[in-house]
Amino acid sequence: MKKVKYRNLSSFLSFLLLALLLTVSTSVSAQDEAAPDEAAATESAGGDVAAGEDLFKANCAACHKLDRKATGPALRGVADKYDRDWLHSWIKDSQAMVKAGDPQAVKIFEEYNGAVMQSFPQLSDIDIDNILAYTSQPKTEPQVAQTAAGGAQGTGDGGGGVTNDIVLGALALVFLLLVVMLFLVTNTLKRIATAQGVEYPEKEKRTPIWKAFVQNQFLVLVTTIVLLLGAGYFAFGYMMQIGVDEGYAPVQPIHYSHKIHAGDNGIDCNYCHSSARRSKHSGIPSLNVCMNCHKNIAEVAPETATEEYSKEFYDGEISKLYDAVGWDVEEQAYTGEEKPVKWVRIHNLPDLAYFNHSQHVTVAGIACQECHGPVEEFEIMKQHAPLTMGWCIECHRETNVKMESNEYYDKIHEQLAQKYGVEKVTVAQMGGIECGKCHY
Amino acid sequence: MASNKKYWKSVEELDENSSVVKKLRDNEFVEELPIDEFLGDKESLEKSSTTRRDFLKYVGFTTAAASLAACEGPVVKSIPYVVAPEEIVPGVANYYASTMADGFDFANVLVKTREGRPIKIERNELSVNNGSVNARVQASVLSLYDKNRLMSPLIDGAETSWDDFDAAMAQKMNEMGGKDIVLLTQTFASPSTSNLIKDFIAKYPNVRHVVYDTVSSSEALDAFQNKYGTRALPQYDFSKAEVIVSVGADLLGDWQGGGHSASYGKGRIPKNGKMSRHIQFESNMTLSGGNADKRVLATPSQQMQVLKALTGGGSTSGLPEKLQDAVAKAKAQLRKAGNKGVIITGLPDVQAQAMALNANASSVVMDATKPKLTRKGNSAEVKRVMDGVISGSIKGLITVGVDPVYSFPNNEAFAEAYKNLDMSLAFSMKQDATASLAQMVAATPHYLESWGDIQMQKGSFSLMQPTIRPLFNTRQFQDCLLKWTGNSKNYYDYIKETWNTSILGGSSWNQALHDGFIVTDAEVPTEDATAIEDGMAMESSTNNGALSTTAQNGGFELTLYTKTSMGDGQQANNPWLQEMPDPITRTSWDNYIAMSAADAEDMGLVNKHVSNGALNGSYVNVTLGDVTVEKVPVIIQPGQAKGSVGLALGFGKTAAIQEEMQTGVNAYPLYQDFKSIQNVQLEKASGMHEFACVQLQNTMAGRSNDIIKETTLEIFNTREKGYYNADPVTDYDHNPISVREENADIWQSFDDSIGPHFNLSIDLNACTGCGACVIACHAENNVPVVGKEEVRKFRDMHWLRIDRYYSSADSFEQEIEDLETLPAFETYEKVELPSQENPEVAFQPVMCQHCNHAPCETVCPVAATSHGRQGQNQMAYNRCVGTRYCANNCPYKVRRFNWFLYNENDEFDYHMNNDLGRMVLNPDVVVRSRGVMEKCSMCIQITQKTILDAKRDGRKIKDGEFHTACSRACDTGAMVFGDINDKDAEIVKKKNDDRMYHLLEAVGTKPNVLYQMKVKNTSES
Repeated sequence: MKKVKYRNLSSFLSFLLLALLLTVSTSVSAQDEAAPDEAAATESAGGDVAAGEDLFKANCAACHKLDRKATGPALRGVADKYDRDWLHSWIKDSQAMVKAGDPQAVKIFEEYNGAVMQSFPQLSDIDIDNILAYTSQPKTEPQVAQTAAGGAQGTGDGGGGVTNDIVLGALALVFLLLVVMLFLVTNTLKRIATAQGVEYPEKEKRTPIWKAFVQNQFLVLVTTIVLLLGAGYFAFGYMMQIGVDEGYAPVQPIHYSHKIHAGDNGIDCNYCHSSARRSKHSGIPSLNVCMNCHKNIAEVAPETATEEYSKEFYDGEISKLYDAVGWDVEEQAYTGEEKPVKWVRIHNLPDLAYFNHSQHVTVAGIACQECHGPVEEFEIMKQHAPLTMGWCIECHRETNVKMESNEYYDKIHEQLAQKYGVEKVTVAQMGGIECGKCHY
Repeated sequence: MASNKKYWKSVEELDENSSVVKKLRDNEFVEELPIDEFLGDKESLEKSSTTRRDFLKYVGFTTAAASLAACEGPVVKSIPYVVAPEEIVPGVANYYASTMADGFDFANVLVKTREGRPIKIERNELSVNNGSVNARVQASVLSLYDKNRLMSPLIDGAETSWDDFDAAMAQKMNEMGGKDIVLLTQTFASPSTSNLIKDFIAKYPNVRHVVYDTVSSSEALDAFQNKYGTRALPQYDFSKAEVIVSVGADLLGDWQGGGHSASYGKGRIPKNGKMSRHIQFESNMTLSGGNADKRVLATPSQQMQVLKALTGGGSTSGLPEKLQDAVAKAKAQLRKAGNKGVIITGLPDVQAQAMALNANASSVVMDATKPKLTRKGNSAEVKRVMDGVISGSIKGLITVGVDPVYSFPNNEAFAEAYKNLDMSLAFSMKQDATASLAQMVAATPHYLESWGDIQMQKGSFSLMQPTIRPLFNTRQFQDCLLKWTGNSKNYYDYIKETWNTSILGGSSWNQALHDGFIVTDAEVPTEDATAIEDGMAMESSTNNGALSTTAQNGGFELTLYTKTSMGDGQQANNPWLQEMPDPITRTSWDNYIAMSAADAEDMGLVNKHVSNGALNGSYVNVTLGDVTVEKVPVIIQPGQAKGSVGLALGFGKTAAIQEEMQTGVNAYPLYQDFKSIQNVQLEKASGMHEFACVQLQNTMAGRSNDIIKETTLEIFNTREKGYYNADPVTDYDHNPISVREENADIWQSFDDSIGPHFNLSIDLNACTGCGACVIACHAENNVPVVGKEEVRKFRDMHWLRIDRYYSSADSFEQEIEDLETLPAFETYEKVELPSQENPEVAFQPVMCQHCNHAPCETVCPVAATSHGRQGQNQMAYNRCVGTRYCANNCPYKVRRFNWFLYNENDEFDYHMNNDLGRMVLNPDVVVRSRGVMEKCSMCIQITQKTILDAKRDGRKIKDGEFHTACSRACDTGAMVFGDINDKDAEIVKKKNDDRMYHLLEAVGTKPNVLYQMKVKNTSES
């Protein structure tokens, strides 16, 4: 019989789905096991590696890298290259050795274009041995990098999101099947009923609801008005957001992370955007400003890497900077081949509006974050504020002018305070919402 | 009651058997429509996969897509420096002192640069007596960004490299060994350059140096040289003068190199009851004549007699009675003034110049010990060069900064001969007439890209420094000379060496460079390349043009002059200057014959207004000897001496000039013997010329008390303010009250007492109408250029105009009387038309008056224009919808409407339509779009910046810090800008001055622009 066949099919299908669901979720949770197996610090010959690392970072890292030439030579394995006593005396006072004419010392001195190495008389022999122990560590290929390499491609969401979707999809399918089954069941019952001669009572013909609606002119009118108003409301909303690029976060030619610079390393905004203090433009820093630090920072620390962006990725971005500014990392010199970076401008005020950074930053002392948001948390820079006129005016209405200890305001403050009978005066009360103050 | 009437459309229908009727009943058309003919081959149509519905879908989709895409903002790229120059902060302007010296205009300037681009020229306020930053100097920054400039050196018309050019030059000079080569240059007045030229001549002894001033001051130089030994021009300080008598010298124009307006203006402001008295004898109406206390008509031939009578014992017999009387009075006044009187002349005659020099010998106004060195040319010698080239005795010609093929009087014969020279080398910024015929063209940089030193006045040395990297592959003349004389230095080092050895005398080079000039007693040998030879002075004085012969029958005495806007024509491709209206005729984009009404009537020449309100004028052909300049338009000039005509030089250029700017006629063929006065024959030519004249209402129609108030020095000194400068009166409760009283006002006043409140004062006594402010405003505010056709429709965009009024009677006073006394219907004839004889003239700069009760603000339907608390009437362009109500309601007619998009529009192919030209735009001021109203903002971008600078430094603003583009450009001190809430400010004194009044004050607009009424020194004794 047909009915039996149907019932069998549906239960079979639901079993199948359940099985599928289980397999997917187990396979997802299996991924979580990849825990980094950090190699424990090993005791190396004659020194404490951990103490050496601290000393190295405090004293040597400004000029030396482990695996790469910087101001001075790469130091990995330096203990194998030179005699240990020689190294001790070199580190304590290299210039004395050069002056004394030690051939090895003179050779190095000349190779690095006469760059004088600082003397470290404060380091004890043990300290030096610790440092050397650290530099003798074999190069480890960090595992994190490999697993995260895929992440750097920017696929974004982790596995969790995928499973959720699948679960929801499966549930929806089950629900759909249930509906179909219900429909089939009623159909079958109906057919059985007809077959057995059960009579259904005839339903009275009523006016269909849509016809009744059309006939009721009042309702039609009200609905039309409501619809029109609604459409107008949404159309207005849509129009008003045209040209408002809140959240605009374009892909930049170099992935520059404000989070690393302003957040993790706490660099002041004004260090790079120095013209914000005295010009209308905050200014995109020229690449020579980057090189103030990046001459010595050619790679990020392993702990900077995140799941999303690997160390290789960041290092690649730094090398993009070198490429643009024409810096030869090997030779530690400028090649003169410059390729200016074409950043994508994020905050685009129209020409008709005049905005001056120095007015807000220097005179008013407003923090950059007021308008630009928590930039120090932005991995990718984006437009935080809507930058609409309403937004400007709102702030001008609410913000008090910082008049203290500014001689320019002395007389004005006195007069305004008298006029409005208040101690604090808002920008608007100063005339800060006059059209001509920003539009000329 | 149904009707049985049958209606039929044609007779055919009545015939039941007609096949046509049957067909029409079945088909819409009788014949099959020839669709195939316009849809082409049926087969191919069927094959086409695009059906009509598909097509509509595509249209729908693309429209939707396009409108959606339009909602997406464009991606804007920002490219920072790789290595930022230390001195450049994006958004902050840098100023550099430099010097303009193009052979015609010499001036110490301050160059404003933004992000490394010069965008404006300003006066160097440290500098005294070192040239005037006039309209042309202000506009010179735009000539830097001229897209018609030469981009690299040329040999035989083909672009080449400088190395090849040097090699070719060396070879050429060897070939030319022994042959006569002339180095024809502008006046450099440069110590370093003259040394270099000496070196060059030492290496190539067959080269001789001749200085050629396109517009010559040769006779004055000769006279000075004869008397004082140096080839120079006396320096005048008119602020010290009590009586100035000028005989045909346009001292406020380009007479003897110009630059006299500053000291003139100082002496014109009444102080302690005193001001200078200025008497002008002239034939053309000039700025000087317009500003004079007394203007006397005298044709050039009469001027000679006048001068003789004034300076010595010459008789005035034969002159018209009026003139005789004027001469006698002037002479008496000069005698009375003693050493505070000065007499100057513009007659191109050595004897005349010598007479004036001698007469001034004891005057404190003239200084012969520190003479001006900005003109050097000797006409006689230049003429010999011209003749030598034509006759073939000169084999080679090197031109620097001059364009003889355009500007020589015999330019056609000269051009032919120039082509056949063995060697022709032109140093030029453009492929001008000379350069386009030259074998070799050395592309030179603009002065804003060059180094240089200039001794404008004896003992005053200026430095020219580059403010931008050379835009093109150019090399300056001096660097070429260094290369060619085997000197490995560059010109910068060379100048520095010259200065360290002979000029600085221990003072700092950096300080001199910072200031732009240094004043020292150092004696530096000047380039007396054209040392006067015996007989040369005689030669030039015997050939006197119009001076020697009186006008013959039908002949006219022509005075050639240079316009405030165009000068000698070097900057003819500069749209700002082309569009700047002439201060006298108010006509732009043209030169023309200025003629008296009587002469015009005799010759049947007319000026008429056509239906669109514009001005048309007849043509004449001008003949001098065998030279004829054809189709010169005529303007009927009130106050032009009968029997004389005027014509401006510097127009009619065609080489390297954009088509729109090839305006006017070239008058240089009439500049025979380099003399500005000639006897010419005029003949009416057919056709009518279309002028672009912006002011056709030439009189104030008897209402000068509302517009330009005027009084005499005598009344000003002796009477109460209420007599000569009474407040306008209105009625209140049937009693007359002053409009300045509170009850006269129907509006509530704004509270402007807190913070700065700006006022601008314009002193009509000091304003000479020179127009430097007009160009300064252009440059500061990105005012567009609209072209001749649009100006003709009165759609000029100048935010600041200088109105010029003629009196309808002999004086404005008479005009007011006429209005009151004449019967009503005769007043039109009388007071609305200017007197043609010798009217009084008045100039008045008018910009937005920034009314406290502005009529424009109340009528704007979208509140795009509103009142600012600092006194500025603000205009929000982005809010304006272009109803133009405000312009209709403005009593001053200062609002300008953007009828078209004037930037990036091929219809208006001026500087805003190319990338190079747009570099001059001020980034702080928005460029307006089509359909919005614009007007003077009282330079709110500058006042806001001044305030911000003070806030940032945390200090009070000192008086004098606030300025506008126009007030800073004004060198006569006519414009004073400041904050009236600062009680000690100069502007407060101006506001409370007895001479202060407002324009159309009776209207009750309460403007923030003040005028200081004009006082004329009319004393005849």
